Amino acid sequence: MTDRAVKVDEAAVAERLTGLNKKHRSLVGDVWDQYKTHKGALIGAIVFFGILIAVLIGPFIWTIDPSFVDIRSRNQGVSLAHPFGTDQLGRDLLARILSGGQVSMAVGLTAMLLAVLLGTLIGVVAGFFQKLDGPLMRFTDLFLALPLLPLLLVIVTLFREPLAASFGPEGGIFILMVSAIGITSWMQTARIVRGDVLALKEREFVLAARSIGTPPRRMITRHILPNVLSPILVSATLGIANAIITESALSFLGLGFPPDFPTWGRLLFDAIDYMPQYPMWVVWPGLAISLTVLSVNYMGDGLRDALDPRIRGR
Amino acid sequence: MLNYTIRRLILAVPTMLFISFVIFAIIKLSPSDPTAGLPLTIPPEVREKIREALGFNEPFIVQFFLWLKQLVVTEPLYWMNQKFGTEFEIGQRMISYQTRSPVLDLIVQRIPQTLWVVGTSYIVGIIIAVPLGIISAYKQYSVFDQIGTFISMIGFSVPTFFTGVLLILIFSVNLGWFPSIYDTTHVVDSWGSFWYQIKQMIMPVMVLGLFNAAQISRYMRASMLDNLTQDYVRTARAKGVKEQTVVLVHVLRNSMIPVVTVIALNLPSVFGGALITEQVFQVNGLGQLLILAIQGGDVPMVQTVTVIFAVLIVLFNLIADVLYGMLDPRIRYD
Repeated sequence: MTDRAVKVDEAAVAERLTGLNKKHRSLVGDVWDQYKTHKGALIGAIVFFGILIAVLIGPFIWTIDPSFVDIRSRNQGVSLAHPFGTDQLGRDLLARILSGGQVSMAVGLTAMLLAVLLGTLIGVVAGFFQKLDGPLMRFTDLFLALPLLPLLLVIVTLFREPLAASFGPEGGIFILMVSAIGITSWMQTARIVRGDVLALKEREFVLAARSIGTPPRRMITRHILPNVLSPILVSATLGIANAIITESALSFLGLGFPPDFPTWGRLLFDAIDYMPQYPMWVVWPGLAISLTVLSVNYMGDGLRDALDPRIRGR
Repeated sequence: MLNYTIRRLILAVPTMLFISFVIFAIIKLSPSDPTAGLPLTIPPEVREKIREALGFNEPFIVQFFLWLKQLVVTEPLYWMNQKFGTEFEIGQRMISYQTRSPVLDLIVQRIPQTLWVVGTSYIVGIIIAVPLGIISAYKQYSVFDQIGTFISMIGFSVPTFFTGVLLILIFSVNLGWFPSIYDTTHVVDSWGSFWYQIKQMIMPVMVLGLFNAAQISRYMRASMLDNLTQDYVRTARAKGVKEQTVVLVHVLRNSMIPVVTVIALNLPSVFGGALITEQVFQVNGLGQLLILAIQGGDVPMVQTVTVIFAVLIVLFNLIADVLYGMLDPRIRYD
C-alpha cells in the first residue's frame, strides 16, 4: 500500500518537474481524463448526447409534422420518404419518435432536477443540523416504505383532470408527471448526501471555518456543498434513467401522456395492438428508451469512478 | 434477537398506520365521486342517499377509521367465522364499487397468480445471479466478467415492458413457440397440460427473472470481491485448503450475508414491477386488479391493494433487518 503511494507521489513530482510549462491541470480535466478510460462510459456519453441532440435539433431538419395525418400512405415500411415507416394513420414515425423523445427527455431531466434538489436539500439539512436529523430521516424512511409505482399510478390518474383544467391538457400532465416522479425519487440522494455531510462535519477544515465564525448558511454553500457534489452528480445521472423508465412505464400502462401527445412509452403502448402486422412500430420506441437508459447508466458508472479521488489518483 | 424482533414489529404498526393514512389522504384529496359510474337515470336525491350509505358525507378522519376497521376488524372476524364456524357479530364487509363484491374476496382470488409468476421469477433470478456473480468476481476483468457485467447492465436498463414485448414478438408472433397470453383458467391435470403451463410461464418468468438476476448478480459480484481480498482467505489458502473450498465455502458463505438481505429487501419492489409484466402478458393478478380498479375509479379496491403493497414493503424491510442480525454475528441488535 505505502509503496504504491510513494510511487504515485514520485510520478506526480516527476511530471510536475518535467512539465512545468505544460498546460494547467484542473479538476474537471482530471475527472475527464479518468472518465475517458472507462470505455462504456465514453460510448454511453456519446450515445446519450447524440440522442439528446437528435431530439432537440432533429425536428428542425426532419420537418414533417408528427401529427400530420396522411391516410393514403399509411402502414408504410421503411422507405426514403419515411425512414422508420408510417403508422396506421400515415403519420411519419421518425418525426413521432423525435418529438416523443423531446417529451421523454424533458420529463426525465426536469424530474431528475426536482428529485436531486429535494434530495440534496433534505440530505444537507438533516446532516448539518443535528436536531432535524432524526425527524427528517424518519420522514425519508416513510417515503421509502411507500409502494411507489402503485402510488404513482393513483396520483397520475386522480390529479390528471384538475391539473389539465388549470394548465391545459399538455402542460397539466407534464407538471403532474414531473412532480409525481420528482417527489417519489429523492430518497436515495438524501440518504447518500446526509451520510457524506455527517462525515464532512468532523473534518478539520469545517472546524477551522467554524472557529472563524462562519455562519451556517455560508458554511453549507462554501464548504459542504462543493464537497458533496460528486455523489449528487452521480445520483443525478442515474436519476435521469429512473425518471425516463418511470415515465414510459406509466405511459405504457396507458396512464401517462395522452395519445395525441406521444412520448416513447406511449408510442410503444399504441403500437402493441398492431404488433403482429407491424413489429417495427414497437421496436423503434422501445429501442430509443433502452438505448437512452443504458447509456445513462454507463455514464453514471463512469462518473462514479471518475469522481472518486481514490480511483482517480491511480 | 427475539426482543429486537418484537420491538421492530411493534414499531412497524405506527409506520403502517401512517402510510395507510397517506395513501387514503391522497385518494380522498382528489375529486372522485363514487356514484360517477352509476347510470345517469338515477335521480340526484337517490344519488345523495347512495353517497350517504357509503359513508361519503362523514368527516375525513371518520372515513379513514371506518375503512381501517373494515380491513383489520371485520375481515379477520369474517374469515374466522368461515374457517372455524364461530359466530362473531360482523359489520358490513368492504365492497368494491366496480363489481359489488367484497374487496378482500377479489384480492384473495388474484394473489395466487401473482405469487406464482413473481415467486418463480425471483427464484429463477437468484439461480442465475448467484453463479454469475461468483464467477464474475473470481475472474475479475476476464471476458466472462465483461460479458456478465454488460448483460446485467442491459438487464436493468431495458425496461421489462420492452423485453416482454420483444419476447412476445420473437417467440409468439414469429416462431409461435409460446402463447402470448397467460391463461389462468388452465388446469394442470396431465403431462400435456403441465407442459402447456410451463410453456405459458416461460416468457413472463424469464422477463422478470432476467431483471432480478441483473440486480442481484451485481450485489453478488461486489460482495464476493469484498471478501476475496480479506485476510481469512489468505489464511485459508496458506494452510492448504483446496481452492474450491476456499471460494465456495469460506468466501461464498460470508458474501451471501448482504446478498440475502438484498434479496429480502427487493422482493416487494418485484411485486410492483410485476404490475407491468402482468399487464404485458395479461396475467390476471394483483397488478392487473389494481390497474382496472384505478381506471374504474374503484376507491376501496385501490386503497386496499396499495396498502397491501405497503405492508409487504414494511414487512420485508423488517425481515431483512432481522435476517442480517441472524446471519452476521458481528451485528446483534441487543
